[in-house]
Amino acid sequence: MKQLGIVGQSVHRSDGLGHVTGRTTFIDDISYPHMLYISMVRSPVARGKIRSIDTSKAEAFPGVATVITAKDVPNNLYTILCLIGIGPNDEPVLAEDEVMYEGEPICAVVAESEEIAREAASLVKLDIEELEPVLDVEYALRPEAPKIKKWGTNTFTYDGKDHCQIRFGDVERGFAEADEIVTGTYQLSPIEHAPIETHVCVAKPEPDGRLTVHTNTQALYFTLDNTAIILKMPSNRIRMIGGTVGGGFGGKVDVLTEPITCIAALKTGRPVKWRWTREEETRCSSTRAAVKIEMTDGVMRDGRIVARKVRSLQDAGAYHRHSPYGAMKHMVNVVGPYTIPNVWVDVYCVYTNRQPSSAMRGFGVTEASFAVEVQMDRIAKAIGMDPWEIRLRNAYRNGDMRPFGKITEDATLIETIQAAAKLVGHELPPELAQMHSNDEGGYAAAQRATA
Amino acid sequence: MSAITVSFTLNGRATTLTVSPATTLLTALREHAQLTATKAGCSQGGCGSCTVLVNGEPTLACLTPLAHVEGQEVTTLEGITPVGGLHPLQKAFYDRFAAQCGYCTPGMIMAAKALLDRNPHPTREEIAAALSGNLCRCTGYLPILDAVEDVARQNGGGER
Repeated sequence: MKQLGIVGQSVHRSDGLGHVTGRTTFIDDISYPHMLYISMVRSPVARGKIRSIDTSKAEAFPGVATVITAKDVPNNLYTILCLIGIGPNDEPVLAEDEVMYEGEPICAVVAESEEIAREAASLVKLDIEELEPVLDVEYALRPEAPKIKKWGTNTFTYDGKDHCQIRFGDVERGFAEADEIVTGTYQLSPIEHAPIETHVCVAKPEPDGRLTVHTNTQALYFTLDNTAIILKMPSNRIRMIGGTVGGGFGGKVDVLTEPITCIAALKTGRPVKWRWTREEETRCSSTRAAVKIEMTDGVMRDGRIVARKVRSLQDAGAYHRHSPYGAMKHMVNVVGPYTIPNVWVDVYCVYTNRQPSSAMRGFGVTEASFAVEVQMDRIAKAIGMDPWEIRLRNAYRNGDMRPFGKITEDATLIETIQAAAKLVGHELPPELAQMHSNDEGGYAAAQRATA
Repeated sequence: MSAITVSFTLNGRATTLTVSPATTLLTALREHAQLTATKAGCSQGGCGSCTVLVNGEPTLACLTPLAHVEGQEVTTLEGITPVGGLHPLQKAFYDRFAAQCGYCTPGMIMAAKALLDRNPHPTREEIAAALSGNLCRCTGYLPILDAVEDVARQNGGGER
């Protein structure tokens, strides 16, 4: 047999030598002569109407090149999800008539140095009429809560409904048959990605009218498309160059720096750098969504889960970003990798006047898995069954129908659990140790029969 | 705008920089001396990615005014990298996969160097304590400890 050259070998990282010598070029390591810097004026309140923005003192400050407001943005709407067919676009690049969260960008001061830009930013006079903010997802759904979105609700609309849903089998019948009802409520706080490198963008206008853009985005072509739409510029006029990302974790996919840096470069005709402070990274970048999951399961004494009902609230914060999509991923994953014949899921993508949430490492799914697996332990305890066994008994197998209408083809849960048991030295009884994802027998088949 | 002139030794060379008075050592290194290995992570002394050596002591360049290093000896990652080669710590970080995104790596290596210079064979606990001010968000702490431990062993330290 031919000796394998790479498989099984430890191979050095291609960027490893750059990392250990400090020669890897991160975006903040890129500078151009005659470069300007941005400091952003952000909303001091969670919700309000903008009465006026007075930039005159900032513009007159020595060393300030220009101040950019909403009227400088050719198409003042982020188009994050329109590119995957989800709308309507709801987030302005720079706030115009209202602010929806504390830290929302209002105007960008562009100056000879970061220090000058910050000093001048402090001279911008905002007149904002503060409005009652909505800060809690349950409150947001109540009739008396102020409706914060322009379309008059606090939820994303899926197919004309205020939530997305799964209806599979008959959960009420399942609950009626069940020996035990097990309920759990699971809540997660928003989580900040906290990359050690903050958001940085450098934009340079070229003599031929094109733009060269260096950005630490995690989504280069997505960023190119969005920036082109916002600038109303053909994308072949923008040379978008990515590079090494100093930590992303999903936090650098929301196109938050490139459009404004490009507008500043076009307006001044000079290279411009915008690097976020740690405070901006923490308070103004997207987070993982806060989630509240209520789960009710009907369980038989032999371990079969016969019905699951879920109501889940995803806190999108002030704007979509990737949250409506995250809520749909959540919907299909909150059943877990288990075959349950009767399922009812309602997931609400709820808007509040909080820092927008968006992508972060498995967003929508991670939160679901947390709830599902804690719930599995609760079920095991409620019926006095070993937590390994309850999972293997209910594990999905190839051929099982998933509640969202897809036949399972690539199940590996049983084998993964068996391997994990081996690794931690947990001996499974022979019946469980011999299970296989291709088995026709077992509880899943029985469930298919009863369903 | 007023300016100050600061003379110090930078990576073994006599260096003089003229900067505005509030300029930090971090800004002076990155933007005046064009040495960009030293990174800005939080610029408020919380993350350790700007760690350099001042007279051999690990120092947060973001909190140190350039004026404070007048007459002192400053060493950055560039200063410990041999031409065409690697410092033993760099080699160990490379071999042990102790860098993921790479942003915290320069600060980690400088903090580790400060430790090994004063204590050539520290225990794993001592290494962890010496690196406790350096954050790695890719959470690669274990390979980092392994890498420093490797060098400590090469220094003649036993398995303690």
